[in-house]
Amino acid sequence: MEIGLNHYLILSTILFAIGLVGIMRRKNLLLLFFATEILLNAVNIGFAAISHYYGDLTGQMFAFFVIAIAASELAVGLGLLIVWYKRHGTIDLDTMTSMRG
Amino acid sequence: MFEAVAFYLFAFLTIAMFYITVTTAQALYALTALAAGMIFISAFFFILGADFLGAVQIIVYTGAVMALYAFGMMFFDTTRDVKEKNGNKFIGVGLATLAAVMIVAIFMAPIVSTNMQAFYPAIEGIGNTQMVGVVLFTKYLIPFEVAAVMLLVAMVAGIVLAGKKMDLSLTKMSAAQIKEIEDKDKKVLS
Repeated sequence: MEIGLNHYLILSTILFAIGLVGIMRRKNLLLLFFATEILLNAVNIGFAAISHYYGDLTGQMFAFFVIAIAASELAVGLGLLIVWYKRHGTIDLDTMTSMRG
Repeated sequence: MFEAVAFYLFAFLTIAMFYITVTTAQALYALTALAAGMIFISAFFFILGADFLGAVQIIVYTGAVMALYAFGMMFFDTTRDVKEKNGNKFIGVGLATLAAVMIVAIFMAPIVSTNMQAFYPAIEGIGNTQMVGVVLFTKYLIPFEVAAVMLLVAMVAGIVLAGKKMDLSLTKMSAAQIKEIEDKDKKVLS
C-alpha cells in the first residue's frame, strides 16, 4: 500500500490534536511547554511531507525556522519559569490568576 | 512496502509517546516520553528524504531542548504528582479535534483548488543537504539572519532571567545568610 500525502497530513492532525488536548488539560506550566513542543513538531511533519510530495524545498525551510523559534521560545520561557518559581514556589497556572500593580 | 511498514510503525510509536506525555502524572515520565517522540519524528523526516532536517531534529530537540528541560526541572519540585484540571473531558477532546480538522482544512483548501507549483524544485543528482544549503543561503538569507539575531536575543534573555545571583554559591553559605537574602528578596518583590 502506497503512503501518500494524506497519510502524513492525517498523522500530523492526530499529533496536533494530542498537543491541543495536553494544552487544555495541563495545569503545570512545564508540562504546558511540553504540549507546545508537540504542536510545533506536528506542524513540522506536515511541512516536510508537503515539501517531499510537491518536490519543493520551501516546506523544509519553514520547518527549520519553526525549530529555531521553538528553541528561542524555550530559552526565554524556561528563564521566566525559573524566576516565577523562585518567587512563588510553584508553577501551577492557578497561582497566576491575580495581577497586582 | 518498507515505507508503509516504517510509516505505520513510527506513527504508532510517536502517537503512543506523545499520548504518554500529555496524560502521565509524573513530570519525569513526560520528559522521557517527549524525548523519545522527538527521535521517532525524525524518522519521518528520513523517510521523506529530508535528511538534513532529520539530523537537525535529533541534534536540536533531543540534544539541546531536552537537556535544557532537564536542567530546568532541577529547579522545580518534579517528584510531586502533577495536579490536573478536572473539567469535562469531552469538551476538551472535542474542541481539540475540531481545531485540528479546521487547521488541516485551511491548509488543504489552496492545494485542492489550484495546482501548486514548486518555487524551488529539487534538482536531480544533488543531495538534500546541499540543496538546503543553496536555497537557505540564497532565497532565505534574510530570514536566516533574522533567526540568528532572534536566537541571540533569546540567549541573552535566558542568561539574564535565569542567571540572577549565580555568582553566589548557596552550598557555601550558612543557613542564616540564605535566610537573610530570601527575606530581602521578599521585601523587594512584594
